[in-house]
Amino acid sequence: MSLAQDFSRGITKENPVFKQALGMCPFLAVTTSVENALGMGAAATFVLVFSNFLVSLFRKVIPAKVRIPSYIVIIATFVTLVDLLMNAYLPALHSSLGIFIPLIVVNCIILGRAEGFANKNKVLPSIVDGIGMGLGFTLAMVTMATFREILGNGSWLGFNLLGEAYQNQPLLIAILAPGAFILMAFILGFFNIMEKRKRGGAK
Amino acid sequence: MMNAMLMSLVIAAPDGGEPSFSIAKMMAIIVSAIFINNYVLSRFLGICPFLGVSKQLDSAVGMGAAVVFVMVLATLGSWLVFHHILVPHGMEYLRTITFIIIIASLVQLVEMILQKFSPALYDALGIFLPLITTNCAILGVAVLNIDDKFSLGYSLVNSVAAGIGFTLALVLMAGLRERMETANVPEALRGLPLAFLIAGAMSIAFLGFAGLGG
Repeated sequence: MSLAQDFSRGITKENPVFKQALGMCPFLAVTTSVENALGMGAAATFVLVFSNFLVSLFRKVIPAKVRIPSYIVIIATFVTLVDLLMNAYLPALHSSLGIFIPLIVVNCIILGRAEGFANKNKVLPSIVDGIGMGLGFTLAMVTMATFREILGNGSWLGFNLLGEAYQNQPLLIAILAPGAFILMAFILGFFNIMEKRKRGGAK
Repeated sequence: MMNAMLMSLVIAAPDGGEPSFSIAKMMAIIVSAIFINNYVLSRFLGICPFLGVSKQLDSAVGMGAAVVFVMVLATLGSWLVFHHILVPHGMEYLRTITFIIIIASLVQLVEMILQKFSPALYDALGIFLPLITTNCAILGVAVLNIDDKFSLGYSLVNSVAAGIGFTLALVLMAGLRERMETANVPEALRGLPLAFLIAGAMSIAFLGFAGLGG
């Protein structure tokens, strides 16, 4: 029961992007296509799961005073691993994610879970929490990328949805920088309305 | 003698090629980092402080100054370590770990030095310093300088310009948000969504610089 809660918390109730507004930089930058969003989500989830695992494993060994630098070194190790693996096996994805692969190190979601959860919990719940949060992050990115890729390129995950005519003259701004900010504003506004409805219904 | 050595270190190309330094390229880097590829509005680096510290003009200016300061130091440290320690030993793969450690310890060091020698400046910048370690614009600049194969001179120019671009975006945002405080906004869009809308409008404005400098 409690493990299921650890898992689902990251996806819905405490979704890192929509509910906590963490990890904004990669979220806004790589959601130009669904493929990039999935790649980034997989990379971040990998780092999140393993850093949660190690932090939780060593939580009684690491002195409280140097815990943040230790977490950063642990996270940076796995980011380097992802960086090298992706460069070797998925070079196209690696070059389109570019600088945002090394920048996973400073993604607040990962450090936030190390400090806020793995630091205080046993190994298994920490791993499950990492998977949940990673999936939540990935889902949020795929949602955003779905809007941006369909509007800005007329396709989804590379499949042409809206036809040639649309692709010749798409709503280009959706995949440019301003589109990310504006779409995010509307998505957050939508969640605000939903939340208000829910509260109104409970009364 | 010392000066000449320093100069050659600053302008030498990182791969040992011809030393080159042209004002034209320098201007191109500055205009690009501040306007065309603004670190916040076009590259999406440093969004967290951009949204978090942009509610008041005073704190936006303080944060901007702290970022410029740390950015230049981080660039200096990371460039020297990368090209004079990591590359000669074939350890480029340690880049991410090394850079984040350099940045984290630099921030700590700056905080301690400021506290000891300049309490006034510490009071002004102090609260922003710990936040800077996880500001991805700092690590971003350090990594981009290496990726773009900039010499040390260009890297320093780029980091100052990137910091100024960050400050510009932050201060503009803070000014706009202060004015929007009293505006009548639909309830669902109040707070964070409104901040994103303002950022989007600013980003559109900055798209206008795209033709500049070719």
